[in-house]
Amino acid sequence: MKDTLIISDTSLPVSLAEIPVTAYALFRQRVLTAMADENMHCVSYFAFPDDGEYRFICILADDQTHQLCLMGHRDQGPFLSLTADNPAFHVFEREIYERTGILPEEHPWLKPLRFSVDRQNSHKGMDHYPFFNIAGDELHEVGVGPVHAGIIEPGHFRFICHGEKVLHLEIQLGYQHRGIERMMESSRGGLSHALLAESIAGDSVIGHASTHAAVIETLSGSRLSASLSIERAVALELERIAMHTGDSAALCADVAYQLGQVVYESLRTIIINTTQRWCGNRFGKGLVRPHGTWFPLNEDLGRIICNNLDAVMERLLPMVDRLFTLPSVVSRFDGTGAVSRSQMLAVGAVGMAARSAGLKRDIRWSHPSMPWKETAFQPVVLETGDVMARAMLRKIETEQSVSLIRHWIDQIKEQAGAIEQPDYQRTLLPDALAVQLTEGWRGEICHVAITDKHGKIMCYKIIDPSFHNWMALALAVRMQEISDFPVCNKSFNLSYCGHDL
Amino acid sequence: MTLVSALIIPGIIIRTKSLCSGRKGPALFQPLFDAGVLLRKGVVLSPVTTLVFRIAPSVSLASVLTAVLLVPMGRQDALLSFSADFVYFTYILALGRFFMILAALDTGSSFEGMGANREALYSLLVEPVFLLLLGTYAMFTGYTSFSEIFSHFYFSNNYAFIAGILGFYLLIQIAMVENSRLPVDDPKTHLELTMVHEVMILDYSGPDLAIIHFSTWIKFALYGALVSNSLVPSGWPVALQTGLFLLLQLSFGIIIGLLESFRARNKMTKNPQFILTLTAIALLVFTIMLLSSYMSSK
Repeated sequence: MKDTLIISDTSLPVSLAEIPVTAYALFRQRVLTAMADENMHCVSYFAFPDDGEYRFICILADDQTHQLCLMGHRDQGPFLSLTADNPAFHVFEREIYERTGILPEEHPWLKPLRFSVDRQNSHKGMDHYPFFNIAGDELHEVGVGPVHAGIIEPGHFRFICHGEKVLHLEIQLGYQHRGIERMMESSRGGLSHALLAESIAGDSVIGHASTHAAVIETLSGSRLSASLSIERAVALELERIAMHTGDSAALCADVAYQLGQVVYESLRTIIINTTQRWCGNRFGKGLVRPHGTWFPLNEDLGRIICNNLDAVMERLLPMVDRLFTLPSVVSRFDGTGAVSRSQMLAVGAVGMAARSAGLKRDIRWSHPSMPWKETAFQPVVLETGDVMARAMLRKIETEQSVSLIRHWIDQIKEQAGAIEQPDYQRTLLPDALAVQLTEGWRGEICHVAITDKHGKIMCYKIIDPSFHNWMALALAVRMQEISDFPVCNKSFNLSYCGHDL
Repeated sequence: MTLVSALIIPGIIIRTKSLCSGRKGPALFQPLFDAGVLLRKGVVLSPVTTLVFRIAPSVSLASVLTAVLLVPMGRQDALLSFSADFVYFTYILALGRFFMILAALDTGSSFEGMGANREALYSLLVEPVFLLLLGTYAMFTGYTSFSEIFSHFYFSNNYAFIAGILGFYLLIQIAMVENSRLPVDDPKTHLELTMVHEVMILDYSGPDLAIIHFSTWIKFALYGALVSNSLVPSGWPVALQTGLFLLLQLSFGIIIGLLESFRARNKMTKNPQFILTLTAIALLVFTIMLLSSYMSSK
């Protein structure tokens, strides 16, 4: 049996029996060798119960060959951790330990991921939480959260500072854990799955909902029509524009630049109101459903979207010029919170955070699905990896998304096929695995579903880009001023609930 | 008069900023209504705080009220006036601040410690600017109390005119730094890690918080009064002087609002550099005045 399964078309389901199960030592060696190539990164690594044991599946994405590599092993006892050799695996192995209790040996920092206590050893309460410590008379600790002064989600940030300078930041999450994956596995499916997928992260509704829909469609063996795939792509790009604009407003607010803040905020309103005009919800809830749509994108809607985008761009471009030439703003953004390309690579960062530091990782380019395949899409990659780069990337990606949407909406006029309606009843293939990747506005969203022998989903894994990227934020604020943390944080704008699930 | 304008300046600033951002903004006296609500509320005291924490707001208010007595209105004499009273003015305000810093440290919160540290640093740096500027004015007019300085302050020649403009700029910037506004601090932020003044008063509630707000507003109006005084001509009747004074105070509020609307805040480490630049400008004023007196003595 081969030790690696390579798939190049994710719209086809994979039979569970085809996924290799090798001895752990061989698996470990194969994974680490593959990951030595910087075009490879881990999109998912998880365990699920199988015949009284745990079966592990690791999915690596190859950006150069546009393929996915699947590897697996079956274990019950502790094994030598991958993190010991490649830090990008640290969150995955923490998650596996938290779920299964199988100890990854020599894991450098095996602390809880989504719970406040060690689940496998719960009498060790919060008092024994392994916070990182540095001893020294001149150092002081600042703890922020989990309840914050602003309207942000709960998370605890513990800084070790020397005066105003941050030496180390430890981020503790898990306050938003709702058990979405478990609900996915226990619910009957159909509509409830779609609703759960929309609720994974409120700012990536389209991203998660369309990834989920694609997983269900793959498992039921159906192919998406061209018009439906275009519709989802337009919705995804609209979400990207809305979030990038909203984040730019928040960046301005954090440096107390009032004009930028209010202009961006008002433009974001126009964009999300466009989504509301389309599907009745500003964040796109209800828009994406498996197998069909209740809100087909027709010519009229296309015209409204284009007109609104024109109105937005007309006001956005002068604002952007002003923002990036205003000395007081530039001095705040430039060089703040820089993360190097090698750091991004080491922590396995994805999405716009990785692209801001010169790491070309974009699912729309590396593993494109239908409408992107035809557009010869090229991702924007910047070099400096600081707040300026992330602000600038938002500006360029917004322009890029606007032209993509215009291009696709022009195509709608030519084709007006039959409207497919959502279908929640289709049976899923038994003993199969489907993996889908979508480039949400923040980065790659990965959903993996595995069905049992009755065609019921028995394992559903969700990886939000935040899962990969929180560590990059912790690195970004090292040796920075503590007062620059908010603007660094906002430049990443990572999801708490997407991480906590 | 300073007290009257203290009541309206915060509202003016907020309204100006709202209009600049395309919003209607709250009522002009909304900050007063808010303070009224605070006055009717109870006080929550942290169990780790001591007497210092409880008396600090009163000391702070007392210090600014005393300072108000020293500042003349237009060309009218101040209620309290003695030679070198501007030095007294500086240090009576410093006393109030000293207590606020102690109170912040008293809470034992890591945020408030940071805020106190920043406040101490910036006020330390801005002190020479103020003293240098007022010292220059004293040298120029030959008098050392506020009342006398302002009643003898006039734009006699080009040098004095240049120094007057620079002094005007400096007083506005000093007011911004001393009262924790842009670009040194951001009064609107909700982020504890970036705050200076706001984070120091996090533990205060009810009437104590209202008192702190009052003293902040009065302090702001005080600097506004210093700016206005240097512009009110001495020949006018009292009623006209009063009217002009109020008008100038209003425009002071509007200027601050405009300044805050169209720029971003400094990086925290750039702040000392920014304040030192102000000191350099104050030195420039001093040099100009020195030149002027040298030229006129010839």
